Amino acid sequence: MKNAIRVSCTRRNLKVVRDFVSEFLEHYQLSELHINQIVLAVDEVVANLIIHGNSEDESRFLDVRLTMQEREFGIELEDESSTSYSPSSYREPDLHEFVRIGKKGGVGMMLVNRIMDRVEFTTEGLHNICRLYKKIA
Amino acid sequence: MKINQHTTDHTLTLVLDGELDASSSVLLDTELNQPSILENQKVLIDCQRLNYISSAGLGVFISHLQRFQDASVKLVFFNMQEKVHNVFEILGLDSLLTIVPSEAEATAI
Repeated sequence: MKNAIRVSCTRRNLKVVRDFVSEFLEHYQLSELHINQIVLAVDEVVANLIIHGNSEDESRFLDVRLTMQEREFGIELEDESSTSYSPSSYREPDLHEFVRIGKKGGVGMMLVNRIMDRVEFTTEGLHNICRLYKKIA
Repeated sequence: MKINQHTTDHTLTLVLDGELDASSSVLLDTELNQPSILENQKVLIDCQRLNYISSAGLGVFISHLQRFQDASVKLVFFNMQEKVHNVFEILGLDSLLTIVPSEAEATAI
């Protein structure tokens, strides 16, 4: 089973990554709802990396690697962006306030944190690496 | 992502077909941004063929909700697939937005 792909940093590749993760997870007898949740969490981080981290520069690439060990799904996302996400600056958004001011973005990481068991962002040399983990029942 | 629409009795229905992500949500934003949309009493969102929604799609609805409320335009979602409804639930948006099971119930609101 294929467990790694490299995509260029364009929004068009969001669906490519979603389909890749979905096909991988279909081998593990998960419900459609659970597959959708995990695919969504991955999509949110990939969208952030492509749009914000790499400014949709198609000459840049994102590596995606998937693992399943002892019923724990893991995904590793790696890029070479000079900007990296700082999880310590994250605060859970107030949706009522978002509605009041008509804010369009800002709920993606809220979804990721509520869906996944662990979310890690690290910088190793010139590479930013994000790892997400989720125990599969 | 395709968006079809039809209007009857001051009610605009948008029929979403496909996946609403950071790439396709721009199309929905353009539709909801039309000034004439506020001339309707109700805007119904038919989600039967909406197979996927990410925060970008949710964000479009969140960003227009107050504008709709200020103009007394009701925004109602119906025919939502369980996996899509679950995404609204994860954020608690199901209590901020009006989501009903069927078109008949959406029309009756």
